[in-house]
Amino acid sequence: MNLMSLVRRSLRQHALSSFVTILSVGLAAGLTMSVFAINAQTYDAFTGGKVGFDAVLGARGSQLQLVLNTVFHLETSPGNIPWSLYKEVAEDSRVTLAIPYAVGDNYQGYRIVGTTAQMFTDFTYREGQGFVLKTGGRVFDESKKEAIVGHYVAEKLGLSVGSTFTPYHGLQFEERQKHKDEYTVVGVMEPTNGPSDRVLWIPIEGIYRMSGHILRGTGAVYRPTDDAPVPEEHREVSAVMLKLRNPQAGFLLSNTINNQGKVATLAWPIARVMSELFDRIGWVSRILTMVAYLIVVVAAGSILASIYNTMNERRREFAILRALGARRTTVFSAIVLESTTITALGALLGYVVYGGILSAAFVIVRAQTGVVLDAMKFDPSLWMTPVGMIILGALAGLVPAFKAYRTDVASNLTPLS
Amino acid sequence: MLLDVTNLQKSFAAPDGERTLIVDVPRFSLEAGEQVAVRGASGSGKTTFLNLIAGILQADTGKIVLDGNEMTAMSESGRDRVRAKTIGYVFQNFNLLQGYTAHENVMLGMLFGPGVDAKHARGLLERVGLSHRMDYRPGQLSIGQQQRVAVARALANHPKLVLADEPTGNLDQRHAGEALALIKEACKENGAALLLVSHDPAILASFERSEDLGDLNRAAAAHAGPVSDTQPSAPAGMEGTR
Repeated sequence: MNLMSLVRRSLRQHALSSFVTILSVGLAAGLTMSVFAINAQTYDAFTGGKVGFDAVLGARGSQLQLVLNTVFHLETSPGNIPWSLYKEVAEDSRVTLAIPYAVGDNYQGYRIVGTTAQMFTDFTYREGQGFVLKTGGRVFDESKKEAIVGHYVAEKLGLSVGSTFTPYHGLQFEERQKHKDEYTVVGVMEPTNGPSDRVLWIPIEGIYRMSGHILRGTGAVYRPTDDAPVPEEHREVSAVMLKLRNPQAGFLLSNTINNQGKVATLAWPIARVMSELFDRIGWVSRILTMVAYLIVVVAAGSILASIYNTMNERRREFAILRALGARRTTVFSAIVLESTTITALGALLGYVVYGGILSAAFVIVRAQTGVVLDAMKFDPSLWMTPVGMIILGALAGLVPAFKAYRTDVASNLTPLS
Repeated sequence: MLLDVTNLQKSFAAPDGERTLIVDVPRFSLEAGEQVAVRGASGSGKTTFLNLIAGILQADTGKIVLDGNEMTAMSESGRDRVRAKTIGYVFQNFNLLQGYTAHENVMLGMLFGPGVDAKHARGLLERVGLSHRMDYRPGQLSIGQQQRVAVARALANHPKLVLADEPTGNLDQRHAGEALALIKEACKENGAALLLVSHDPAILASFERSEDLGDLNRAAAAHAGPVSDTQPSAPAGMEGTR
């Protein structure tokens, strides 16, 4: 038997209020950790620079829209740029890799991106890591109606090598917008835990030749035919994904294209563009954080109230303990230990709550963006929140502890005679 | 000498601010292992006197030396330490903690002293005849059995002095004598001195040395009016049942 035994007994004696308090602390801790972790992970995913490209070249307009459309496969394309611009930038010595993108179709709501085989042979989406196809898959033949399917799309739509599908026009799925072309899946990507998992990749030629598509590379309408190659002057791309030789190249290209040119926009650096988005929507994050802090304060208040409410009935208990030789500081410590224990148990429960929230967020964020949240990924909030709450819990215990400290022994034992 | 009290005074403030002297004992002493009964009528300040000796209350003036420790010169935490180590206290209403078993209540008596010894606590409960009730909570025990737990708890830390405040006050006459005999025997076996206060003349008669608080305490004498003593207790009987 020790001081902890007294705490255990008190928690058992006040089981209901202890349970409710532990629950409220658990919810507060779990919510706070979730807000910080989700915020950090999404910020990192969208601005961390691990998207594989340094810059995006696209139609004149918003850099943010360009990045969201090409890197994260969200939003609509701001427009097209001529093929010649792609060729020009691809041959620029400051550019090490240029991959064209053409969008405008979907399958069951998942975006179809027309690109070149370079995407699967030369591109690395993080240091030394290119797209990997599952066993039995291969890169599409640029002259055929073949497709490579992102991991998430394949999982959701049940596509595998050999499956066929017919694209739909537009970025939103509409049954009546069905094209006549049929594509065969020749490869399924291993998960990248990024936006690419939500995409169906086809040869860019396929976008040009998709039934009903028209090209305006020269300004005039051009309808590709099956028996003739598409002349380069008629070709268009939605964007060009660029890897640059060095940051100076980005600076110079940005100056040339954004400041001196009038037909295109270079979104560079991508991380800066995305961080501007987060800056703009930062107030949402700040409100969520404030709500989380508020819940923490309420939880601390509930600890204080739940213990304080037991003080009157426990005055005799404290008096007896004091009569048995317990010092005031011992009684005081027992109460602080009790509030600390409640918070510590709540903090442990917080990890369960955090796991639950992250699991739900995992499904939502992955479905919306392809970004995979990792509940096990370390975030400072995962230790700072529990430790902070335990300290706060101990502080909340000070008020009832002080009341216990002041308990008058003689008057709470027996009436004076 | 185990306990030496000189010129001890304690007063309390009334709601109107006037201070009333409750204890004014010029001299009182107790030898190690000695058993003394002090008779005190209601309002004679006997509980206050015991609480002063136990260090629960701080004296206004005077000196209490217990086992070489000058309690009146010590800080509150110092008095707590001496109390935990040197004193066992048996209360009139036992003051057992309801959420704890008999065994745990006895161990609580050790928690703030030299340390918890579960085996010793079991031995004490066996000694007071409660080997079959160790895991019972106070509410599941008869009054007499609760009394025994309180005695066992008072002896838990091998105290040098056991203070007993009306220890038979809540018992019927049949069981009072038995409880008293148990306290006296247990103290003797453990080498503890016993200072027992009661208003029961029969109890006083069973002690070799007995004092009248009315004589010891000048404050009580000053406030004394007609006091009606209760009837003396009957001889010891069987243990009470719930």
